[in-house]
Amino acid sequence: MLLFFFMVTTVLREQTILVEQKIPQASQLQKIQKKTLISYLYIGKPKNPSLYGSEPRLQANDVLINTSDIVLWVNQQKDALSEAERDQIWISLKADRDVKMGPISDIQFELREADARKLMYASVGKVENN
Amino acid sequence: MASKRGRMAQEVNAGSMADIAFLLLIFFLVTTTIASDKGIMNILPPKQDPNQPPPEVELNERNIFNILINANDDLLIEGEFRNDTKGLSEEIKSFILNFGNPDEDATALFNSLPPSLKGIADQSPESSDHPMSGGAVISIKTNRGTSYETYLEVLDLIKQAYFEIYGERVGLSGEEYRTLSGQSAAEKELIDRGKENIPMAISIAEPDKSGS
Repeated sequence: MLLFFFMVTTVLREQTILVEQKIPQASQLQKIQKKTLISYLYIGKPKNPSLYGSEPRLQANDVLINTSDIVLWVNQQKDALSEAERDQIWISLKADRDVKMGPISDIQFELREADARKLMYASVGKVENN
Repeated sequence: MASKRGRMAQEVNAGSMADIAFLLLIFFLVTTTIASDKGIMNILPPKQDPNQPPPEVELNERNIFNILINANDDLLIEGEFRNDTKGLSEEIKSFILNFGNPDEDATALFNSLPPSLKGIADQSPESSDHPMSGGAVISIKTNRGTSYETYLEVLDLIKQAYFEIYGERVGLSGEEYRTLSGQSAAEKELIDRGKENIPMAISIAEPDKSGS
């Protein structure tokens, strides 16, 4: 029974994440019902600093991209959706908690340019310690 | 013939099946990542047309709840220095529901609120006029050096204040209101009734560049 449960629920990771991911905690979390509408952007310090440097970088799909490539990337993601769902795309921003607001706001600016205005700051539930 | 029949009747040794199933179970247990697609939702403003300057919005100072976060993650809330975010959510709640100078529609809105929310209203002339559109705005301004964690913490508390208000209007806790999925008509109606006339007015200013 358990075996079948895990066999069914397992999603094998199709991407290797090249940046550090310590997702921040928050309490007011909401869920998106349709998972196909979500595209993920990962932000954090590269795990391999000798190759990519130590400044926070942005990862989309399998590669590290620059902020200026976001518009192109968003359009590719939108093309993958059906015509009616194109405007409903959600971007899930998986940012490391040590990232500063500078890069985040640059990304937000580019997302506005790309007209993908629905943004979700991915976070994990807060553990109450009081 | 006898020997052939004997071979047919022989059974496969199934004793190791349990071991194989166990190993597979361990494998899937280890590789499973239960996908968590949760987060704080935010809608960005539409992009600016370079030919058209952004519309000038005139708001009275008393209608804006200013939150500034600097590069050291210190907070300046309504001109007052803070080290932590303790009690911020309650302050925001009483700011939104102040009803300092309500017009006709806002008075009607006030009368429709449940008594527990009416109790929060101070009606102080120095705080927001009414919670309807253009009445009470929460403004967050960060620095480029502010950490993402602090920003998210503040945004989280603002959301909490709004969800508690919405929930209370429809007789739910903030937590229950937040987890409504809106998939059935009844839930959708609850969501709409909760936020009716009290828009989530959160303004996120461009961070300033100094000190980074």
